[in-house]
Amino acid sequence: MIKAVPKPLEEVLDLVKDFTKVLIVGCDGCVTVCEAGGSKEAKVLASALRLYFTQAGKQAQIDETSLTRQCEKEYLAQLSDKMDAYDAVVSLACGCGVQYMAEMYNNKIIYPGVDTCFLGVNEERGLYAERCQACGRCILAETGGVCPIARCSKRMLNGPCGGSDQGKCEISKDVPCGWELIYERLKTLGQLDRFEKPVDPKDWTTSRDGGPRTIVREDLRI
Amino acid sequence: MSVTTPSKLQKMIASGNFAVTSEVGPPRSADGAVIEHKGNLIKDYVDAINVTDNQTSVCRVCSLACCIRLKLMGLEPCLQMVTRDRNCIALQSDILGAASFGIHNILCLTGDHQHFGDHPKCANVFDLDSIQLIQTVKMMRDEGKLLGGHEFAVRPQMFIGAAANPFAGPNVAMRVSRLAKKVAAGVQFIQTQCIYNLDKFKEFMKLMVDRGLHEKVAILAGITPMKNVGMAKYMQKRVPGMDVPDDIIRRIGGVPKEKQAEEGITLAVEQIQELKEVEGVRGFHIMAIEWEEKVQEIVERGGLYPRPQLA
Repeated sequence: MIKAVPKPLEEVLDLVKDFTKVLIVGCDGCVTVCEAGGSKEAKVLASALRLYFTQAGKQAQIDETSLTRQCEKEYLAQLSDKMDAYDAVVSLACGCGVQYMAEMYNNKIIYPGVDTCFLGVNEERGLYAERCQACGRCILAETGGVCPIARCSKRMLNGPCGGSDQGKCEISKDVPCGWELIYERLKTLGQLDRFEKPVDPKDWTTSRDGGPRTIVREDLRI
Repeated sequence: MSVTTPSKLQKMIASGNFAVTSEVGPPRSADGAVIEHKGNLIKDYVDAINVTDNQTSVCRVCSLACCIRLKLMGLEPCLQMVTRDRNCIALQSDILGAASFGIHNILCLTGDHQHFGDHPKCANVFDLDSIQLIQTVKMMRDEGKLLGGHEFAVRPQMFIGAAANPFAGPNVAMRVSRLAKKVAAGVQFIQTQCIYNLDKFKEFMKLMVDRGLHEKVAILAGITPMKNVGMAKYMQKRVPGMDVPDDIIRRIGGVPKEKQAEEGITLAVEQIQELKEVEGVRGFHIMAIEWEEKVQEIVERGGLYPRPQLA
């Protein structure tokens, strides 16, 4: 899922301090799972903003709500009769949700309330780790189910580099070497023969290098 | 190993003599005289001079410009190229540029992560990795073709090198495997990581010899003299993938401070003597980091001087 972290409160305050009617919109999708931008976090942020305005002696109306998903028009449309009542909206969805809301409500100021980080897994509550960079052409079948694009700091297709030290990446002792993980998994699977075959340069056109991406599934379109 | 390019380094290796290379680090300013000075210091003691490519991710004069300068001085440069900073368009463009000046040696590297350097907030590229860069240079040289498919007549005549670190994780066997992969990609010579743990290096070379890989690629053993015990400790603790045994620290630290540099040179010379006896070692790559003036002494005392003059 998409992983995000709440923006520091000071940053959000700085964005909304000059408005008097602000709506906080949580998203019940990915950002709820990583506890960054769900209905609970929307409530907490709204309370914090109310406290700030009260302490600053300013009159302000801060409301919160949450949508099933902010990356779908049908759910965003549920805000249509509310939007006029607010000067600004803070969306706690990922960057997709913030942008889709801004597209739908073109004349409304929409601010992001979280920093969208990566596609990852929940290792533990409060501990999320990147696993995929959505490069558009999955090579996990060749790499023992461990992605070198997401998990090698140099996205090498023929690693590990010489900086791999006791299972850790050269950038930090807290980062596992992705290629040592691949090597160990290939060994476990009895597929080490793959390791010595050079992998050709990757076609990056399906990644961000090809420009903004769109999927057109004719089989699904009506 | 036969001569297939105009590289003087390749010729030296093919002659059966121990080859000697060293490296010069470009300045962090536009002062071109630095490379000229460093080149002149070592030119009579080596067969080729590597120019590092923004080593440890610190921005410096580019390797290509320095290699051209050395070439115009009549010396034999080896272009180090990392894939961190340039995509395959820029890499291939620089290779063509180098070849257009008659540069015939290249060292293909992935490069340190920018996290280490003076621009830790910058983006990196890593369009290719070192092995894919080896493949690319080989294709340009042998097929006269770019990655994009364009075919051309005047090909870069490159003697293709790369690095190997026998001491990095997870184990020596995997490090031999990865070197085998570089050989499969087309590498012709290897300059190794600085060797301090000779036992482990010998284990690495034995596996290389067992697989016959030493016949397919020329191994130049990496030698870096320790300037003092502080440097030895720093390399042991702080440099990823570096293996500095405690007895090296004890030896350098066991002499008075003013004698430590001399002890470091003596240690380097002893390492060369010992490594000459290791099957598969075909030369030495002397990395005297910001200490280029000591290359002469190491080469002379290591019994590698005078350099053979080949026709």
